[in-house]
Amino acid sequence: MTDKWDILLSGTGGQGVIKASVILAEAALIDGHNAVQSQVYGPESRGSATRAEVKISDSKILMPKVITPNLLLCMSKQAFKKYASNIIEGGILILDGDIGVNEEPSGVEVYRKPITTIARENMGNDLYANTVALGVINKIASLVSDDAMIESLERNFSARLLVANTLAYRLGLEAV
Amino acid sequence: MNKVRLVQGNEACAMGAIAAGSTFYAGYPITPSTEIAEYMARELPKIGGIFLQMEDEIASMGAIIGASCTGVKAFTATSGPGFSLMQELIGYAAMTEIPCVIVDVQRPGPSTALPTLSSQGDVQQARWGCHGFHSIIAIAPSSIMEIYYQIINAFNLAEKYRTPVIFLMDEEIGHLRERFELPEDYQPEIINRKKPESDLEVYLPYINDESNGVPPMANFGDGYRYHISGLTHNEKGFYSSVPSVVDTEIRRMVGKIEDNVDDIAQFEEAYADDCDILVIAYGSVARSAQQAVEEMRAEGISVGLLRPIVLWPFATDYFTKACMGKKAVVVAEMNLGQYAREIRRIVHTDTPLKSLTRVDGEFIYPIDVINAVKEVL
Repeated sequence: MTDKWDILLSGTGGQGVIKASVILAEAALIDGHNAVQSQVYGPESRGSATRAEVKISDSKILMPKVITPNLLLCMSKQAFKKYASNIIEGGILILDGDIGVNEEPSGVEVYRKPITTIARENMGNDLYANTVALGVINKIASLVSDDAMIESLERNFSARLLVANTLAYRLGLEAV
Repeated sequence: MNKVRLVQGNEACAMGAIAAGSTFYAGYPITPSTEIAEYMARELPKIGGIFLQMEDEIASMGAIIGASCTGVKAFTATSGPGFSLMQELIGYAAMTEIPCVIVDVQRPGPSTALPTLSSQGDVQQARWGCHGFHSIIAIAPSSIMEIYYQIINAFNLAEKYRTPVIFLMDEEIGHLRERFELPEDYQPEIINRKKPESDLEVYLPYINDESNGVPPMANFGDGYRYHISGLTHNEKGFYSSVPSVVDTEIRRMVGKIEDNVDDIAQFEEAYADDCDILVIAYGSVARSAQQAVEEMRAEGISVGLLRPIVLWPFATDYFTKACMGKKAVVVAEMNLGQYAREIRRIVHTDTPLKSLTRVDGEFIYPIDVINAVKEVL
């Protein structure tokens, strides 16, 4: 991996981008890196613009916020409009292919994957889009080891939800 | 058990409270502090403790004061609107010298303002929120591990000095998640209130003969009979308006904290002795400030950081010495200059002081600190 990841996961409240960011940050710790995770959300929790941030580094992380991400995930058109211009030159932009964004921002690597559709068609529920997204992101950017991600999923889901979410993560990996 | 985990600030606060020996929580949930109540509601019953959801923050304060009288370590958590409601009973705890810890995860104000965003707007309220003559201890942590260690310190100081202690987090640090790892065999140092050794009949709960000004405290049920009142009282705890008695008791109560500032105060410094420009920041903002200082040092700018961990009591001598001879001082905080006002008081009148402020709920970024420093270079 690059020695420093500034990751912004963006979408709409209820899609699970904050949960995804927690799983990713904990996986990075399990791999022995430093990581911090934070989020910005509205008082309504569901339906508002949501931004979750993860920084991964092998040195001490002082400033906890992500200003210019080198990896940006957009799970809504609104999030794309708000954050796409912040991504650094040469950064990775991952779009949920179902959100109706057709622009091709220049100077960044753009990936379009039907994240929500994969969740809906294979898992029968849009709610798995966040763990599908984790698979897509990790396959593209190799942020953390597969073992660390699996252990983090185990730590962050109850037994009832673990099997389905692990499957959703695998579907994300296979989609790339 | 001590493996590396990703832990949220509010969660670390609750975990630390239990490690400090707290077995009683009363509160009314409010963003951005709610995760503390959730954790305590889940975990306290497992260790035989008591979680009470009260009807409001006034009642929550009353409950923890009452619980503390029985000898347990009690605390509550809230944010600005609730912290305002608690002020009268924080004054009561100060006056009656009942140990307790109040966590305030700050959000912008006044009133309900921006519930999910961050602020450091309650710094002066923590000091002066309740009326009258009192001192207070307030602690502002900057990282998840520091939250854990310092909430234990908060309980210890409450017990040692028989005082309410304000634990001043901010939304940014309360909701931040980062690495949590305790050393192998970690055992926190725990301080318990000093109990009376006198005969049952001669106990004086507010006696003025201790060197540090803190009288021993009997718990309800220990067999000592005494009176607790928010009115000014004599050594027995009974109402007194005798000027000499009132004067002695009030000065002892204030002095037990202000005269022990060397024992209570804690700081972290980076290049603070070896710089022209001194940046002062606390809580989450100190992380931005330190990043800015590191970046500027790499550019050859002579700048350092001073981070108070304990904001109150104000360490006048320490700050005066630290600011002496500096070309300029920059204070960065998410309010309109509440701690800068305190620093202004002790900085030489010829020394420029730049108060970097922010009140829109957004974070102070390293670039903001760098720009502020460059203004006074």
